[in-house]
Amino acid sequence: MKRLLVFIKKEFTHVLRDKKTLLILFGMPIVQVLIFGFVLSNEVKNTNLLVIDQAQDSATKEIISKVQASVYFNIASVTFDVKDVEASFKKGKSKAALILPKDFEKNLMTKHVAQVQILADASDPNHATTIENYLTAIIRDYTNSLNTTMPYTITPEVRMLYNPQLKGAPNFVPGVMALILMLVCVMMTAISIVREKEMGTMEVLLVSPFKPIMVIVSKVVPYFILSMLNIVSILLLSVYVLGVPIKGNVLLLFAESALFISTCLSLGIFISIKTQTQQVAMLISLMGMLLPTVLFSGFMFPIENMPFPLRMISNIVPAKWFYIIVKDIMIKGLGFAAVWKESLILMGITVFFLGISIKNFKIRLA
Amino acid sequence: MKAVIAENISKQYNGKPAVEKVSFEVDEGEIFGLIGPDGAGKTSIFRILTTLLLPDGGSAQVHHWDVVKDWRAIRNAVGYMPGKFSLYQDLTVEENLHFFATVFNTSIQENYHLIEEIYVQLEPFKNRRAGKLSGGMKQKLALCCALIHKPKVLFLDEPTTGVDPVSRREFWEMLKKLKQQNISIVVSTPYMDEASMCDRIASIQSGSILSIDTPQYLVKNYGNQLFKVKANDRYRLLEVLKSVPSTKSYAFGEYAHISVEKGHQMEASEIRQHLHQNGLTGVEIGDAEVTIEDCFINLLH
Repeated sequence: MKRLLVFIKKEFTHVLRDKKTLLILFGMPIVQVLIFGFVLSNEVKNTNLLVIDQAQDSATKEIISKVQASVYFNIASVTFDVKDVEASFKKGKSKAALILPKDFEKNLMTKHVAQVQILADASDPNHATTIENYLTAIIRDYTNSLNTTMPYTITPEVRMLYNPQLKGAPNFVPGVMALILMLVCVMMTAISIVREKEMGTMEVLLVSPFKPIMVIVSKVVPYFILSMLNIVSILLLSVYVLGVPIKGNVLLLFAESALFISTCLSLGIFISIKTQTQQVAMLISLMGMLLPTVLFSGFMFPIENMPFPLRMISNIVPAKWFYIIVKDIMIKGLGFAAVWKESLILMGITVFFLGISIKNFKIRLA
Repeated sequence: MKAVIAENISKQYNGKPAVEKVSFEVDEGEIFGLIGPDGAGKTSIFRILTTLLLPDGGSAQVHHWDVVKDWRAIRNAVGYMPGKFSLYQDLTVEENLHFFATVFNTSIQENYHLIEEIYVQLEPFKNRRAGKLSGGMKQKLALCCALIHKPKVLFLDEPTTGVDPVSRREFWEMLKKLKQQNISIVVSTPYMDEASMCDRIASIQSGSILSIDTPQYLVKNYGNQLFKVKANDRYRLLEVLKSVPSTKSYAFGEYAHISVEKGHQMEASEIRQHLHQNGLTGVEIGDAEVTIEDCFINLLH
């Protein structure tokens, strides 16, 4: 036991003395959370909007002020001429235009029907759709506020559950958690074990009473602890900086994270056993783990839209299951009953890789 | 009891033989040297004896434990210093020693008497990282780490490669002291001058052992005539010496040595004459004292 403690202490010393590793370990999660949370969001904020108000009555004024009040739009200018729209789009001065035609209020009051036109620059289709949704919502809001009972009107009442404002961060935080744990646990453990081989220290350790399996255990413990610290820092960032609350049980979230960390560590051990140099270990971790995590975990590209073979592949990517678990617990606030299946799959993957790692562990060189 | 017994051990890498039917025995408390050029198979032999590699053929025992069956017992009882510096470069001298002591279930204090003499030299640098030590210091630290658990047999793979001459001498002095503690030592080196420090030496080339003898025996039974020659133009001297029939010549310090093949006799005056005829000046010639190096050069050719 004392030997194991000394070994673990040694591993911590390695990590703490290597400034680059430290930077990767603690700098990267913070940077990634912030990048994904702020920069890479698909939210639409402060879109420049051109308003063509041909009616200029109290109803249109009210709509314009409602649009102005929302954080999503900046009203670039209010004009009268429809021709301005194209010029403004082409110069990139605005991304959308709201056209309120003549006699807007009159039509609304007398015919109970009034039309507005929304023009959006659809060179970025996602952006255009989002703008359209926001504007429609604002106008619907206005219509409702008129409180006129209109016969035979069906108004769909859309509610975006769990993420009502369609914020990007709730979607990204679970994904980033999966990504970072994958990177830190898989790559760092793989490299740190292979480093012993490459530096020749494994040769000395093998010719000692120290059981090889203990080498692995002592490598895993520090990275497990460091990864848990990373989880804490990611969660703190997401709650206090990105404003994504943890709806579910925090303890359950930590327990599931610990499970996923174990999965990643077992993968890292497996890679380290199969490779001989740090470079190869790093390449395999990056290409073999990071890429599938980004592609198949579902947080960047929806898995439902993938062709069948790729959907099958996504099933063996551990990050996919962790992503589902974190979303369920953190965003939806569900309990263990909702995620036990995913947890079981992760456990299975962990046991599988640990098993073949132990079976493949070489007690000799070559 | 023998410290090491190797019987016909062989090892191949991808079909290429690296060790071919090597047999030798090492007595308890003996310094046994493996001398041979790079690639002769020394490291493979070490790795087989330290249970790191399985031999393809033959068998070996270390301290009467079989290297294949009883690998765990051997790993507990031997000290091994690989050819490449294999300590943690980012740990300090003291941390390395402490770590290896703990790994071997002992403490620095317990066997301090074994390493004391080397460690006092390292002490001023004990807070320096191992990677920042000089070559000689690194090897001394590695020896300390290999010794800290009082091994029964010590395997040192080229411990003095890349070490300055003074440190090399000190290192060998250390080994002699360890021998008095009844620790058997198997050591390899590419430096022939170090061979005379061993009790017995095996010369090895291309995976096979050429001879196993005491250095004294080798020197005594050299058998050939040996001259040392000096001239003003050293380069030309070596060129011209090549043309002397039935001899081998090679640079040796400031001299050139000429070894006359077995069954031939030659007078110093003959050689002198030959050199004069070829226009060499300042020729000095005389009988050379046979060293272990001469023996090996003779063996290896």
